[in-house]
Amino acid sequence: MMEILGVPAPVLFGQLLLGLINGSFYALLSLGLAVIFGMLNVINFAHGALYMTGAFAAWLLLNYLGIGYWPALILAPLLVGALGIVLERTMLARLYQFDHLYGLLLTFGLALIIQGLFRNAYGVSGQPYPIPSALSGGTNLGFMFLPLYRGWVVIASVIVCFGTWFVIERTRLGAYLRAAVENQELVRAFGINVPLMMTLTYGFAVALAGFAGVLAAPIYQVNPLMGQDLIIVVFAIVVIGGLGSMLGSIVSGLGIGIVEGLTKTFYPEASSVAVFVIMAIVLALRPHGLFGRPRT
Amino acid sequence: MRTLKLTACALALGLGATAAQAEISGDTVKIGVLNDQSGLYADLAGKGSVEAARMAVEDFGGTVDGKKIEILSADHQNKPDVGSNIAREWIDVDGVDVIVDVPTSSVALAVSKVANEKDTAFIVSGAATTRLTNDDCAATTVHYTYDTYALAIGTGKAVVEEGGKSWFFITADYAFGHSLEEDTSAVVKENGGEVLGSVRHPLSSSDFSSYLLQAQGSGAQVIGLANAGTDTTNSIKQANEFGIVQGGQQLAALLMFITDVDALGLDVAQGLTLTTGFYWDMNDDTRAFADRFAERMNGQRPTMVHAGVYSGVMHYLKAVSEIDDDGGKAAVEEMKKLPIHDFFAPNGKIRADGRMVHDMYLVQVKSPDESQGEWDYYNVVRTIPGDEAYQPLSKSTCSLVKQ
Repeated sequence: MMEILGVPAPVLFGQLLLGLINGSFYALLSLGLAVIFGMLNVINFAHGALYMTGAFAAWLLLNYLGIGYWPALILAPLLVGALGIVLERTMLARLYQFDHLYGLLLTFGLALIIQGLFRNAYGVSGQPYPIPSALSGGTNLGFMFLPLYRGWVVIASVIVCFGTWFVIERTRLGAYLRAAVENQELVRAFGINVPLMMTLTYGFAVALAGFAGVLAAPIYQVNPLMGQDLIIVVFAIVVIGGLGSMLGSIVSGLGIGIVEGLTKTFYPEASSVAVFVIMAIVLALRPHGLFGRPRT
Repeated sequence: MRTLKLTACALALGLGATAAQAEISGDTVKIGVLNDQSGLYADLAGKGSVEAARMAVEDFGGTVDGKKIEILSADHQNKPDVGSNIAREWIDVDGVDVIVDVPTSSVALAVSKVANEKDTAFIVSGAATTRLTNDDCAATTVHYTYDTYALAIGTGKAVVEEGGKSWFFITADYAFGHSLEEDTSAVVKENGGEVLGSVRHPLSSSDFSSYLLQAQGSGAQVIGLANAGTDTTNSIKQANEFGIVQGGQQLAALLMFITDVDALGLDVAQGLTLTTGFYWDMNDDTRAFADRFAERMNGQRPTMVHAGVYSGVMHYLKAVSEIDDDGGKAAVEEMKKLPIHDFFAPNGKIRADGRMVHDMYLVQVKSPDESQGEWDYYNVVRTIPGDEAYQPLSKSTCSLVKQ
């Protein structure tokens, strides 16, 4: 068997693929964060909690209404998006005129409250959520056994990520959004309802988190702590990619997933800190992140 | 100010003098339940342990020799520094006389040192490392419910005897995981098996696919999961997804609680063999306790940790009442003298090294068809007699034994 740095090649390829799968979750979540930061200038600490809410929404739909995975993949993000819109309208929108810090503190508090509510109601052990029957089982790739569901996760998240990127970077709507970030007053003067645009942007970005939550539900237990465990890593990824950069968050999300996979192969004990080491190195060399621009 | 200091000194001396005469300090027996109330071990210990301690106090009658009993509780967040700080503050400021539960071995080891330093009893139910009764044993510590040796002897031995000779470990990277891996490796080797390797993961990981892939690549017959709580449930769930069991490898969940089985669902958990110090559906006494517990806990059945907390607190209160003294060393000494007879440990005894020896049970998780209803999860395969389940006293490296 061929070996690379003392690790059999098939194992290494397997780890790379697994890294890519984890990276898909990172990319989806960090993209949402980047959109919110880029458009609303808010550091959305509630993102992890909303991801968890997405997973719970899918679980609740299944257990109380008998609505399965596929409809939940659409419905749960809509519910989370609606929740996001309510949060934005009633709370966040009032804070745009103040320092970043207020938005950060508010969303951090929201995250604690949302997590606390779910924890009280459902405990921390997590709830089982079955893999949809169409995607159960897997296929042998020669170097590893790939569960079909995980393959689907990569495809779904890459499509959604690049779709989002395309809308924001390549369409007229995206152009309005980007213009509103640069100069709100001017865009408003053209007769565009900027506050509504901000609200919908927030709703959409947290719906992305909800979508990631539904994707995650069959892999991990549906667990009130699932967002909390992930959010810090995702923040580091956003920083590595460059705050507010869509492409940066997608690329570094996938990239960090792969690096983590490799760390787990060569030195598993360090797998949870690898991302922060990379963040430190990136910030030392490129203070604005890999794809970031200095903000004015 | 000067007079105040003098009075304080006099009081302190006076208290010192009375303590020597054996009395209940502060006219109250204060029980501190310290555990994980928000993290990955919150369901297997957490609020349930606080409730179990409350039940023990109520059943005892609410007072010891006319002195009232109080319960405090706190969340140690699975961090040894947080845990030992709370323990110190409880003892120094609040006058806590006994600390119970403390899952997460690293935290329990830290708290054991503090408790010993301050002559406070420490009854461990949630933590598993055998270090608590070996090198790190203390005259004020009782290790009550289970330990990694018992888990290894139970599940590890059973799996090897069934033909699972080669092992690979997926281990939580802290005191508990190391201890469990070490003890199980020893049992595997003693019984003619071999250990092909291990991989260590950070506590509270969510993705285990990388580790499982390495375990799969090792070609071992058995993948030993030396972790607990959601780490274990996630490992099992993902092993299922990657077709590990269908591929011919066997999973051995070395530590699993009934709450974990509940979280996984029987579809995924069926057939697993595990070792437990308590199962609620064993006899009328255990069912009676479980029913009362479930009533207070939204229908949740007690884990072995919860039952152990109840039994441990009860036994402590009996000992304190016997000698009318709540000093840590004195109380634990008395606990070691008294035998234990209750639903949790019908024939329990506490040895010189602080190990509470009682029967353990090897159980197998039922299939969904076999299960009659909620929380009907286990078939008891075998009762492991206490003297077989726990490390023999002669092998203990505890300094209290050598004297």
